[in-house]
Amino acid sequence: MNLALFLEMAAEAAPDRIGLVCDGRRWSYAELLAGARGAARRIVASGCSHVALLDESSEAAVLALFGAALAGVPYCPLNYRLADADLAGLLGRIQPALIVGDVARSTRLCDGNVTLSRADFVAAALAEPPLDEAADGDGIAIQLFTSGTTAAPKAAILRHANLVSYILGTVEFGAAEESDAALVSVPPYHIAGISALLSSIYAQRRIVMLPAFTPEAWLALAASEAVTNAFVVPTMLARIIDALETAPTALPALQAVAYGGGKMPLEVIHKALDRFPATGFTNAYGLTETSSTIALLGPEDHRAAHGASDPAVRARLGSVGKPLPTVELEIRDESGRALPPGEPGEIFVRGDQVSGEYRERSALTDDGWFPTRDAGYLDAEGYLFLSGRADDVIVRGGENLSPGEIEDVLLGHPAIADACAVGVPSVEWGEAVGVALVLRDGHDRPGEAEIRQLVRDRLRSSRVPEAIRFEPALPYNEMGKLLRREVRKLFAA
Amino acid sequence: MKPGMKLKSQVCNTEVMVIRCGTGQVECGGVPMAEDKPAAPGVPAEGKAAGTLMGKRYVDATGSFELLCVKPGEGSLSVDGVILTIKDAKPLPASD
Repeated sequence: MNLALFLEMAAEAAPDRIGLVCDGRRWSYAELLAGARGAARRIVASGCSHVALLDESSEAAVLALFGAALAGVPYCPLNYRLADADLAGLLGRIQPALIVGDVARSTRLCDGNVTLSRADFVAAALAEPPLDEAADGDGIAIQLFTSGTTAAPKAAILRHANLVSYILGTVEFGAAEESDAALVSVPPYHIAGISALLSSIYAQRRIVMLPAFTPEAWLALAASEAVTNAFVVPTMLARIIDALETAPTALPALQAVAYGGGKMPLEVIHKALDRFPATGFTNAYGLTETSSTIALLGPEDHRAAHGASDPAVRARLGSVGKPLPTVELEIRDESGRALPPGEPGEIFVRGDQVSGEYRERSALTDDGWFPTRDAGYLDAEGYLFLSGRADDVIVRGGENLSPGEIEDVLLGHPAIADACAVGVPSVEWGEAVGVALVLRDGHDRPGEAEIRQLVRDRLRSSRVPEAIRFEPALPYNEMGKLLRREVRKLFAA
Repeated sequence: MKPGMKLKSQVCNTEVMVIRCGTGQVECGGVPMAEDKPAAPGVPAEGKAAGTLMGKRYVDATGSFELLCVKPGEGSLSVDGVILTIKDAKPLPASD
């Protein structure tokens, strides 16, 4: 089934309803569908094997997503923030491509493609007659390069069937009120940016696009468009909360804020719950390879944890909630054995929305399970807690240590604003714990003995850091993901 | 019949997308559905005219058939004469 059916259904049910607001221009569902059909014809005419987007979010992202789907050509939004050499490498893997966006840069980095500026692509989409017959939707809908925080980017493939299954399983068609509006500020090359478009169109929730995030612009647009729903990454929420401290903005329409894409600092989510007492917060956990969300912590759990005195309930604010009813999830040890609650291991998932497929190979096991390479555990009530990438586990003298566990203890110190634990080479143990810390403004730097004692008091002695260093800030990518490989380099230097 | 196929009612405007299918005859208004619209539409049979709703998923008791309504109409959906029911949506908070 072709995922463009979602846009066709929205246009069939409510052709004149506004589906997208971007840079002041308003698009009805009928206009978006006409544009997607025209884009499809332009894509087919190009003869290209991929449709790439090298641009910020705009109406072109919507037209390219659905146009490519109708044309039966994989849509491949690219990270325009990458350095030239890295981007050239990715472009070389999707030739020949119809590239929409930065014409000068894409032609400089790679020849043999068809390039169109955003304005030219949108104009062509609106001018072309519709493509007569849509592709059957049996193939690849989207190819996304993973962010590659631990290794070179992988070309993850999402089939129409994966994304259709995700949307049908999680969104009720046309469930949004006509006044509902979703503020989309994640970039178009992130899975959350794509699933936000699909979910909103299927729910018929007006998409309000913010191409370049700043907290001030986010707050202004949320207020002027009476935004009801938003998805943010943790760093965005932290900056929004900070901006509100200096310039309070009332957002009475804001019903729901979902977040994901990286670890949310507890301090930030507590502040957000205080700042928006009437808003429901949802933590969504998912991967590119799973078509977005596979587990979520909903609004009621947030409020219960926020107000709880029971430490077990309060700790849930640090969990990613429970698996969706449409996916199976297990924690497994290195031998592949499923583990009981409380025991940490690798997270495995299975379900129709799970692709687990890369251009080069499928990572699925013979019986369809996807090893996420994320480490975590389930608590007694079935709440999922993440403890970093499986590749980030520190192996000290044969014992597996979770960096997240050590970091959580360190972040409990009032003078520590941020913390990252990594494995550092050790003659005695093979690997030992190294921690990079960021001092909180206005505090004195705690001594190494004090830091080690803090960890020793709370965790087993094997977790006590051997190497401790203070940094002005920790390295994050633009989506708020901590770049542990960069922290490891600090210790190696 | 296979998943991804679109079926059209012969008695009303109903169109469905096949999401899952087993063996059996899919009907709307008691008349077998087809890939093409009829030249002259018939009428729904008695007891098979409760109508279809846009965007709802219809399933049989065994879970082998699942049809997504992409255009609503007056007929009722059935497989081998047994009326399909609307699949209960599991309400989830919007996560994206």
